[in-house]
Amino acid sequence: MSDTPLLQLQNITKTFGSVQALTDVDFEVRAGEVMALVGDNGAGKSTLVKCIAGTHAADSGTIEFEGREVNIHGPKDAARLGIEVVYQDLALCDNLDVVQNMYLGRELNRAQILSEAPMEQHTAETLKSLAVTTIKSIRQTVATLSGGQRQSVAVARAVMWNSKLVVLDEPTAALGVAQTEQVLELVRRLGSQGLGVMLISHNLHDVFETADRITVLRLGRNVGVFERRETTQQAVVEAITAGVPTKVSGVSSAAGAGAEA
Amino acid sequence: MSSAEVVGADKAPPPPLEEEQLSGGIRGVWQRAWLNLRTGNLGAVPIIVGELAVVMIFAFTATNFFTAANFVNLIEQSAGTAMLAYGVVFVLLLGEIDLSIGYLAGIGALVVAELQLPGSKYQMSGLLAMLLAVAVCAAIGGVQGSIVAFVGVPSFVVTLAGFLIWQGVILNTLEQRGTIIIQDRWINYTDLYIFSPFAGWVIAAIFTALYPFSVLYKKIVARGTHIAQQSWTSAILKTVGIGIAAFGTVAICNHAKIIETPEGLPLPAVLVVFFFVVLTFLAKWTTFGRHVYAVGGSAEAARRAGINVPRIRVIVFALSGAMAAIGGIIFAAQVNSVALTFPPGNLLLNAIASAVIGGVSLFGGRGEVRGALLGALLIGTLQNGLNTLSISNGWIYIVTGAVLLAAVTLDTVAVRLQARSGR
Repeated sequence: MSDTPLLQLQNITKTFGSVQALTDVDFEVRAGEVMALVGDNGAGKSTLVKCIAGTHAADSGTIEFEGREVNIHGPKDAARLGIEVVYQDLALCDNLDVVQNMYLGRELNRAQILSEAPMEQHTAETLKSLAVTTIKSIRQTVATLSGGQRQSVAVARAVMWNSKLVVLDEPTAALGVAQTEQVLELVRRLGSQGLGVMLISHNLHDVFETADRITVLRLGRNVGVFERRETTQQAVVEAITAGVPTKVSGVSSAAGAGAEA
Repeated sequence: MSSAEVVGADKAPPPPLEEEQLSGGIRGVWQRAWLNLRTGNLGAVPIIVGELAVVMIFAFTATNFFTAANFVNLIEQSAGTAMLAYGVVFVLLLGEIDLSIGYLAGIGALVVAELQLPGSKYQMSGLLAMLLAVAVCAAIGGVQGSIVAFVGVPSFVVTLAGFLIWQGVILNTLEQRGTIIIQDRWINYTDLYIFSPFAGWVIAAIFTALYPFSVLYKKIVARGTHIAQQSWTSAILKTVGIGIAAFGTVAICNHAKIIETPEGLPLPAVLVVFFFVVLTFLAKWTTFGRHVYAVGGSAEAARRAGINVPRIRVIVFALSGAMAAIGGIIFAAQVNSVALTFPPGNLLLNAIASAVIGGVSLFGGRGEVRGALLGALLIGTLQNGLNTLSISNGWIYIVTGAVLLAAVTLDTVAVRLQARSGR
């Protein structure tokens, strides 16, 4: 692990009208670690993800990627930096097959004509390399896959693009026990490959299974960063439900300003 | 490639993909067909069977139906509908609807008729007039699409407004003037030009060759990779099928006579097949086509993947307008004029029904261009056959409606079967 964090957010503030979704939030992920982001509903987790993905622009604060300050104005900017986001609702097209989804929006082409052969070849290789072997055919539509398989496709798509940071938003929310284990295994494998992984989850069991460090947000503010080995689920639960913000700026109070993002 | 390759190298090799397990040769073709049938993946089979059944029924009941001359007639009647239906396929693939195409076809015909009018100060060549008409309708479609894409008004409402507005424009223009006669030969050729018998054979050969060339191309690019390929047997069988259809069509047309005047392959048949090939290529081989399917499957997923969703929507509605204009010109050429009764009959609904009968889903993301061709052919045959039987218009509507219902019901059942079998 290098000293400079892969991604470093400082003093991120975001408001929606009168609702303060994020207040002076700091966050960092190092290369090769799984950093979990936890918090109750309305803690600002999704808003923070959207700031990283470029869906929302932060009102103030800085984002540094690999030590350089960057501006992320959209999904394409994020992708160019090497940030890939796997959303909660997967963002796969049900009517397209696995190959078509893996290359969605970035199809290999020569003069706008699709190059199917290399796409199919590369998809098969990527899935094999991630040990995703339960998919019967990469030419079947995503609609016919199980939840775990769909999640695997979404994650595989994220790592296929030479990405450096993979953001996983509730990757196990809709999965059964065996499928959850399959996805968590995949998450651990990403971290051990040297990628930075940001794992957003409600499920502390999943977090303690995979994460190296845990950032806790509450009501749009930082509560703290925990080393997984040195903490307990009990301590993290307390931080989520009753944590005290570590820094308070201006006149706004920590109480009651939470917003669902 | 990311460093992802490193991991999982020690794992056992994954089981082969399903495509890799089918054997080659005739046996493989049969196995694949059986797999498709069992899982409800019927493709174009039901509609082709339906078309053959309809032809058989009319051949035995109507005296003037099963003649070469009527076959040429059928092509000239269905060509315009097929053009509109092609545009409808793309609009439906997005999960949108375009109700304005019937009267946009009218606008296309009207523009052409006005621009070719001898004696007016902007009279121009018919070819140029047609280009302009298509451009005008594409622009109108693009504007309607922009309102859908950028403002977010539902396409049903925008194009319903278009339906009324363009109908009004046609009424205003033609109410005073009556019928505008089209004398320009280029314009009239779009529906009435007849190729010589030899030219017909050459055209059949060219279109038949396209399919094996596309298969060959795919096999060449896939050389050295492990991806599943179409078997030679299935490619040869399909080529033979296409060849029979193409050469059969030309043979019948060359055989046709209308009161001692020998007929031949009509230009509209070539236009229909030409646009079928071009638009199938657009839908299946280009990034644009892929993005159309993606937006229809999940616009949100497409947006997050970096696809410019509004741009796709605008282009598709412009395409729909352009195809409507082409169809309208063909219809006008059929009668050498544009009158207040334009567009003929139920053009809008026939075009949408053609695409839907051909298996294009109204909910977006599912369907193919060939569906519009087959659907237009089926509707055209039905209406032509019922006409030769001198059956009343009321019955023609009733039968068309029943076929539409049956086709969509069959499709829905097939989709459910597919979902159950996990394909």
